[in-house]
Amino acid sequence: MRTLTSLILLAVIAVGIGFALTEVPFGTPKTEVGGYYLEHGREETGAANTVTSVVVGYRAFDTLGEVTVLFVAALGLGAVLAAAGGAGARREVEPASLVLRTGAILLFPLLVLFGTYIFLHGHLTPGGGFQGGAVIASACLLIYLGSRERIISRVGRTVTESLSGLAFVLIGLIGLAFSAQFLSDFLPKGTLNTLFSAGVIPLIYVAVGFKVGAELGGVIDDMVKETR
Amino acid sequence: MIVIAALLVAVMLAAAAAALVFRDLLSAVIASCVVSLIASILFLLLQAPDVAMAEASIGAALITAVFVIAIRRTERYEE
Repeated sequence: MRTLTSLILLAVIAVGIGFALTEVPFGTPKTEVGGYYLEHGREETGAANTVTSVVVGYRAFDTLGEVTVLFVAALGLGAVLAAAGGAGARREVEPASLVLRTGAILLFPLLVLFGTYIFLHGHLTPGGGFQGGAVIASACLLIYLGSRERIISRVGRTVTESLSGLAFVLIGLIGLAFSAQFLSDFLPKGTLNTLFSAGVIPLIYVAVGFKVGAELGGVIDDMVKETR
Repeated sequence: MIVIAALLVAVMLAAAAAALVFRDLLSAVIASCVVSLIASILFLLLQAPDVAMAEASIGAALITAVFVIAIRRTERYEE
């Protein structure tokens, strides 16, 4: 009976969404702002990567909100796990096999380097702070798989996270002091397509990369430690 | 190109269905990891490399890890 009801409900929702979507022409621009970004994004923000020019240029405040959401989520997870921690019997940590261990140790620096490359070049090539940070966090995960006795310093990651979050807000406040607009660009744009270009965008992305890396790495750290 | 995309979508749908059906939760998590991985390839084919990177690293790697760790602490098989 419950299955039948939910199936009927799903069918109704599907038909409704289907009818609504037939009204929207597929693949045509629905708003004009997208065209504006494509046309003026490069010279107005100085970032060669248009996605970055939107995410950290025009919509930098939204990005600050996103980073805050991630921070609150990681904080909540840490709090819940810390409250429930120690309930289960602690199992002995069995050492990883030689292949996994060697592979993890060899790949770890390369992955960290790759993540750093992604967020440093966020204004030039695809990717940015979030993607680079996630790659760095997966490098931490690899270390947990390969050499389980190593642990990330809790103080270190908390300090990294706080300082980089603070850096983001400080950049915004300096922009506010310069031109009465939060997060406005106060650095020279530079030459398009070079590493030192796009004003504050690379600085913000470095801060976001550190923050996301420390946060997601911390989530993995909490999960592994508290459920060991 | 369209053939490759169609093939990938077919595999993705099969993996999604498998994730629903599997009673072994570890297998279900791996199947949903396959869904994320193929989604990231499809994003790349649709010329959205930024999204593809996020999907590959978060959807395929980190979320799978979080689920596997959670399964380790709880039940592996769904009754």
